[in-house]
Amino acid sequence: MGTARARAYAAAPMCGIVGIYSKSEAIAERLGAHAADMLAQMADRGPDSAGVAIYRDPVGAGESKLSLHAPDGMGDWSAAVEALDEGLGVERARVLGAHHALLHVRADADAAQAWVAAELRGVGVTSAGRTIEIYKDAVAPCEFVERFGIAAMSASHALGHTRMATESRVTPAGSHPFSTGLDLCLVHNGSLSNHNRLRAELQRGGTTFLTENDSEVAAGYLTARMRAGATLEQALEGCLDDLDGFYTFAVGTADGFAVLRDPIACKPAVMAETDDWVAMASEYRALATLPGAADARVWEPEPGVVYSWGTVSV
Amino acid sequence: MSEDHGKPSAGWRAGLRESATFDRATIHEIQRAAREGIYDIRGGGAKRRVPGFDDLLLLGASVSRYPLEGYRERCATDVVLGTRHAKRPLELEIPITIAGMSFGALSAPAKEALGRGASAMGTSTTTGDGGMTPEEREHSETLVYQLLPSRYGMNPDDLRRADAIEVVIGQGAKPGGGGMLLGQKISDRVAEMRDLPPGIDQRSACRHPDWTGPDDLEIKIEELREITDWEKPIFVKIGATRTYYDVALAVKAGADVVVLDGMQGGTAATQEVFIEHVGIPTLAAIPQAVEALVELGMHREVQLVVSGGIRSGADVAKALALGADAVSIGVAALIAIGDNAPELEDEYAKIGSAPGYYDDWHEGRDPAGISTQDPELAARLDPEVGGRRLANYLRTLTLETQTLARACGKSRVQNLEPEDLVALTIEAAAMARVPLAGTSWVPGR
Amino acid sequence: MGGAGEATVSAPRTFDLSVASVRELNAALHRDDVVDCRVVEPGGRHAVAVGMRAPVSVEIDGHVGYYCAGMNKQATVRVHGNCGVGVAENMMSGTVVVEGDASQSAGATARGGLLSIEGNASARCGISLKGADVVVRGSVGHMSAFMAQRGRLVVCGDAGHALGDSIYEARLYVRGEVASLGADCVEKELRDEHRTELAALLARAGIDDVSPDELRRYGSARRLYNFDVDDAGEY
Repeated sequence: MGTARARAYAAAPMCGIVGIYSKSEAIAERLGAHAADMLAQMADRGPDSAGVAIYRDPVGAGESKLSLHAPDGMGDWSAAVEALDEGLGVERARVLGAHHALLHVRADADAAQAWVAAELRGVGVTSAGRTIEIYKDAVAPCEFVERFGIAAMSASHALGHTRMATESRVTPAGSHPFSTGLDLCLVHNGSLSNHNRLRAELQRGGTTFLTENDSEVAAGYLTARMRAGATLEQALEGCLDDLDGFYTFAVGTADGFAVLRDPIACKPAVMAETDDWVAMASEYRALATLPGAADARVWEPEPGVVYSWGTVSV
Repeated sequence: MSEDHGKPSAGWRAGLRESATFDRATIHEIQRAAREGIYDIRGGGAKRRVPGFDDLLLLGASVSRYPLEGYRERCATDVVLGTRHAKRPLELEIPITIAGMSFGALSAPAKEALGRGASAMGTSTTTGDGGMTPEEREHSETLVYQLLPSRYGMNPDDLRRADAIEVVIGQGAKPGGGGMLLGQKISDRVAEMRDLPPGIDQRSACRHPDWTGPDDLEIKIEELREITDWEKPIFVKIGATRTYYDVALAVKAGADVVVLDGMQGGTAATQEVFIEHVGIPTLAAIPQAVEALVELGMHREVQLVVSGGIRSGADVAKALALGADAVSIGVAALIAIGDNAPELEDEYAKIGSAPGYYDDWHEGRDPAGISTQDPELAARLDPEVGGRRLANYLRTLTLETQTLARACGKSRVQNLEPEDLVALTIEAAAMARVPLAGTSWVPGR
Repeated sequence: MGGAGEATVSAPRTFDLSVASVRELNAALHRDDVVDCRVVEPGGRHAVAVGMRAPVSVEIDGHVGYYCAGMNKQATVRVHGNCGVGVAENMMSGTVVVEGDASQSAGATARGGLLSIEGNASARCGISLKGADVVVRGSVGHMSAFMAQRGRLVVCGDAGHALGDSIYEARLYVRGEVASLGADCVEKELRDEHRTELAALLARAGIDDVSPDELRRYGSARRLYNFDVDDAGEY
């Protein structure tokens, strides 16, 4: 079952999604720990792999952060890092294992991505921007948070995803969050039904896709709309017309966070807010882990309505 | 059609040539649609010829493989379904079960006949889209209780009385469709069981009301286990479409048994276009299901029951050889208990049909008393006689399966394996993933 | 518990779900000698107090996840918090009270008894209802009472889009705004027998500040009961 076509209808995400956005210093301080707790609660519905986008430590003008992924594993990242340093200038590099590295480079994101595409074979860019870091791995959520030390991180906001995979060879490439724009990421619970044609259209318009995953198409759609001048909110509203299927989306930007459910709204979504944070999850029990959850305002997002916090214009 | 009785028909005139695209059946259907303004509804499964078990052959004993003696040398047929989690898995004597068919679609005597026949042979029956009747529970020693999108008749007492629970996501005749029962079959009793006004056309839900997707199915299965104190196996039934992925997800959602129904699988009633054009043949689905189970390390741990056009012991043997743990029969069981009986030729003629062709089960006028709620017609079916006939048929299926298995050197029917099979056509070889007979070629692999 | 020979009223048993499992709780609740129970630290867990079949009471201090009180028979279950998808799904009898909000498919396919939601319910409240009574003090979301067959749904707040789509014989009463009506669902006259029915339902739900006359009645137009080609657009 290894052909691309066979996988074209494969990877509908069955899973859990979480998102948390801090409104206070205290929460930002321990945001990684909160995200980790939420992810752990979503492990039952997504046992096979996990991914998070963490927004923290923004870099300065003319600099960028890249999350790099080597699907077949890099024997030795140091060679790649050296080459990058020569080419662009590396401020800091963090190697997270054979498959992942996080780099802070002295070049803007577009230049950095272009360089990697041209010079580094076997390496994909899973995120680029000022503040975003994306970690993904094909291990159970609890192991995932340990492996990357998520619980120790401070951050302004984070989005996470736990996945119940259909393919046997669960690869991180197929995991969420998907990022197809600077500091932009998307996690998705549900199953789209017209993503194959939409992917082809977006590819004709210049978007590159790394997987056959329907969620990646949604991420690509948002990026394409925003590149053409739409705000994130407008792009999300566009989803209601242009995407077919079932979805709860949570989207992160450099300074913001948005949630959207399709008009039929079969896939779950719960939100909660206090003075210190706003969060969403596929199930309430993930929100229950957060401080002050018992007294939080808890509600379900209405179908077809974009909810957003912070700055969602990109 | 008079030409089927060997007499020349009015249609035979020199020079008349039928179009393959607009053949008589198609012309007739267009004319009917123009008259009635609605899709054609019928029962049964896909009628058109699709690659199937007839395109496979078993490789019997030879110099390198030795057969077992019939009767004297054991060929075991028993199977246990639901070993993964349940305290009380189902222990069946034969690997052939009776598929879910509703009271409502079938008459009460028909359900009783199925129960009697199945129990006589140590196997199970399954409720359908109308809930559990007392007759069925009484006459079926082993009863699987379906949880369908409609939830007609669903209640915890029946859940606890059942021997297994089958979460129905879809069926082969109409994957993605819901149940259908037209007004003429919504008798007072059916109406009461389904909480519907008598005589109206039942509209169907195609999705479950309180979960969508395998991630939420997992939670639903947890609830069902909790309600029944983890005693009973949970089956998940799917119509064959994207089988590899569906089976993987069903297993991850917690299924103890997967029931896979191919496009030849029957239904009581649905749109003809649905039956013929949605879903894939049983033959193409089984290897996908087995592949998913093997990759998850769950083959034989999560049992696979296959249905959709099982007719003879040859079909049973081939399905088992492809990796199924058991098969399930629906249409065949109805025929065994008396459906389409030749003795009723005149009766069928009165309703515009003939024995061997009758599939307007939705109309509820079945002269055999099987797919009807009319008390007079239903009374024609003697459930004891029907039960004996079903038992005979099940026994025949079992003996045939054993004969073939012994010929392949197996002391247990589930030891049949894909390597015992070859295909007669390229399509069947590709779908079943076995070589074309006389070659080592498996197209696509 | 008192000694042998004394008549005793058992104190409620407490289950702390941060230490005990949901399995332990449900196993205890399924016993023939079940007593009134209190559940603390539910933490949004699923399948809490499902499959009950005795006239005891279960108080739940906090928020629960999916299918709380699923298939309930005879018991009185009170959630001092919110509940997830499918609260009281397929309930047979008894009473389930949610003091907070209910998520989707509240009372799905419920056949008897009373589900009382003091906050809001989300989409698909009373979907495929089969005879139970659902009373919501707040509002309900879209597709509520979808294919509702029997029973009553009372909404003191607003109703979302497609209320009562494909409804059969269930009766719907709404006080606030109805965003839109679903296929074959129409407003109907509120007659005295409906006022009486409403008064009883509101009373059972402990709602004493809403009068029957404030509600409007909705139900099936019955045009989809037997297929007519002219209604094909409704399908």
